[in-house]
Amino acid sequence: MNKVLMSGNNVIAEAGIRAGCRFYAGYPITPQNELTEYMAEHMRNAEGGVFIQSESEVAAINMIAGSSATGVRVMTSSSSPGISLKQEGISSMAACELPGIIVNIMRGGPGLGNIRPAQGDYFQATRGGGHGDYRTIVIAPATCQELADLTMDAFDLADKYRTPVMILADGMMGQMMEPVIFKKPKPRQYPEKFMLRGAGTGKSKFIRGLLLDPIDSEEHNWKLARKYEVITKNEILHEEHRVDDADLVIVAYGTAARIAKGAIKRLRDHGMKVGLFRPITLWPFPELKLRALSAKIKNYLVFEMSTGQMLEDVRLALQGYANIEFHGRPGGAVPTPAELANVVAKIYDKKD
Amino acid sequence: MAKIVFKHPQSLKENIYHYCPGCGHSIVHRLVAEVIDEMGIRGITIGVPPAGCAVLAYNYFDVDMIEAPHGRGPAMASAIKRCLPDRVVFSYQGDGDLAAIGIAESLHAANRGENITVIFINNAVYGMTGGQMAPTTLLSQRTTTSPAGRKKELDGHPVKVSEIFSQLGGTTYIERCSVSSPAGVNKTKKAIRKAFQCQIDGLGFSMVEILSLCPTNWKMSSIDSCKWIDDVLSKEYPPGIYKDNIAEAKKTAEAAP
Amino acid sequence: MIVKTIFSGFGGQGVLMMGISLANSAMNKGYHVTYLPAYGAEMRGGTANCTVAVGDEEIASPVASEPDYLIVMNLPSLFTFQNKVSAGGSIFINSSIIDARPNRQDVKTFCVPCADMAQELGNNRVANVIMMGAFIKKSNVVSPDIYLKSLEIIMGSRKKTLAEINRKAFAAGFDYIKD
Repeated sequence: MNKVLMSGNNVIAEAGIRAGCRFYAGYPITPQNELTEYMAEHMRNAEGGVFIQSESEVAAINMIAGSSATGVRVMTSSSSPGISLKQEGISSMAACELPGIIVNIMRGGPGLGNIRPAQGDYFQATRGGGHGDYRTIVIAPATCQELADLTMDAFDLADKYRTPVMILADGMMGQMMEPVIFKKPKPRQYPEKFMLRGAGTGKSKFIRGLLLDPIDSEEHNWKLARKYEVITKNEILHEEHRVDDADLVIVAYGTAARIAKGAIKRLRDHGMKVGLFRPITLWPFPELKLRALSAKIKNYLVFEMSTGQMLEDVRLALQGYANIEFHGRPGGAVPTPAELANVVAKIYDKKD
Repeated sequence: MAKIVFKHPQSLKENIYHYCPGCGHSIVHRLVAEVIDEMGIRGITIGVPPAGCAVLAYNYFDVDMIEAPHGRGPAMASAIKRCLPDRVVFSYQGDGDLAAIGIAESLHAANRGENITVIFINNAVYGMTGGQMAPTTLLSQRTTTSPAGRKKELDGHPVKVSEIFSQLGGTTYIERCSVSSPAGVNKTKKAIRKAFQCQIDGLGFSMVEILSLCPTNWKMSSIDSCKWIDDVLSKEYPPGIYKDNIAEAKKTAEAAP
Repeated sequence: MIVKTIFSGFGGQGVLMMGISLANSAMNKGYHVTYLPAYGAEMRGGTANCTVAVGDEEIASPVASEPDYLIVMNLPSLFTFQNKVSAGGSIFINSSIIDARPNRQDVKTFCVPCADMAQELGNNRVANVIMMGAFIKKSNVVSPDIYLKSLEIIMGSRKKTLAEINRKAFAAGFDYIKD
């Protein structure tokens, strides 16, 4: 397959279809409309493909839940305010153990906010987001190539753990075009016993999240918790960039991590030894990897396009073993590498 | 020769209903199950129960079922049917589920002409949560959240679902029935069968609205409840066929290449 | 090396196409490249712009806070972006409809009457390709061959005559700029 120049939104959609996604429901919202439009255009050419422009994000998430139950690979996408609406269904899918991909192309918030790139949905994404004791796997790519690769992998993860997986990107990632090569997706492995397709001559099944008996419900919660433990053990992704000789490490994900790489280049040109720790899975957070790094590097700067959300996970990971500073640009403001480099330079001078 | 004239429907599990004495859900469950048996579609039927008293419907129906969040049944049913067009998919909803929290999902599924069947229980009250006002509660009817009776100035008017949905281009068959009398029960069963047949023939959205009893929350005896449906509720919600485009839809379907 | 360029103008002037064609040719040359369009509400009201970054190394930010090149197809774009251009950078001006000139001394300015030239070629819609000819000549980001080949691929199966007029338009812009 040749390299193609595609926008992030289109890359996610194309990767989804290639990975065997055959049901998409969504409601238009900027800055992810191209994803919905791409699905509308291309799902009809995919064998068995179904596209529904739903009446709301609430309907969309419940549509993919229904479709997922029949054994189809499913996806829905939206941007921040729309993801808030989907939380009911995400909680429900987690409870019913239905696989599915939810894409959040984040924009400025809270409320309607604006349509600029932002990272204010970190808490919502990594803490479950909806009601109840559950987590969703959250993957935060930083390039269009990663969007392609990790979207495909997200489907495998969703199937493997029978749980919703969120792709968390932002308006910049969604709108930006970069060259992409699509890899060959793995063959799907999803047992028929989990599919609801009519009882035939056999025993009927039901899929539910309602467990009125608290003891049953408690057991179900622990069962989910055990599953999340396995995910935390096995599915962490992260990148370390120029940390080997670093005196200070920036912790950033997604678009912020890109900006950080630009800043690091500038800082290194000025002789400052700065590296990057980039979580790729935000949940599970690469906690132990970061803690391990703190054995030799004592200075960290968390950089987010928010007022400081991942910051809390970094604090939990470092447990007071290192100094943590923070720089944030919330509400849709996208800082330049130069601005970040200035911030880092000031901290670098003061560091131990 | 002994002849079986009455038996437990195959599509109904042998569980004891949790419904209150006199509740209409038990009757409607049985009717749906009988229709599924008679049509021989148990193996290909998928049901979507609502939030509400019927949330435990999967304990009773012996067909594949998936629970929907409150009001989202038709969205889920739409998706299931689109993925499995040869299955029979029905959503079972109460008046809060369909006409309040899920009005968007229900109306748009109907308007898209989704080839599904909605069984709609209208008992003019929120049963499971303890008798609060429903969108279908009558004016001046007392509920726990309209203690002085429903006032149009504060609470708006009863929502007439069959009338509204019959106006939508996407709907094929809509009938309102009542299970307040043996004749009504028989009529309801016929309507449910017709609705399922409409779906099996691929003719589009069908809905049966059923005026149903809630003696507990109405604070009436079962017999008075039946009378109240006939004398009061059915005056606001007259039973009858609100839309029947089945013949027309059949013609169009046959004409299509 | 990383080169960043902003293309800006009215919607309909083919401004996004200029960016996409540059990004594609840079990709085909084997460079790292990002293309970032202005989107959503800021596109309403008839203006359009996009940013292309081309590099022989990984590109960190697709945003150009200090672009090396600025191509303005209308007057508002000149006012919006002229002060962002890095010192020593270049501004290309559609001088057919823009009378104003940059008020900075530290940038190079190239005036290309691309709208008039397009009219002379008999196709108003190729003004953007003419401008690309001028831009490629000066910036030398990719060779004319790669650019034209990439442009043809993007235009796809559209008429052969279109490829022909694009070639002519590109050459006109390329030759307009003197070495």
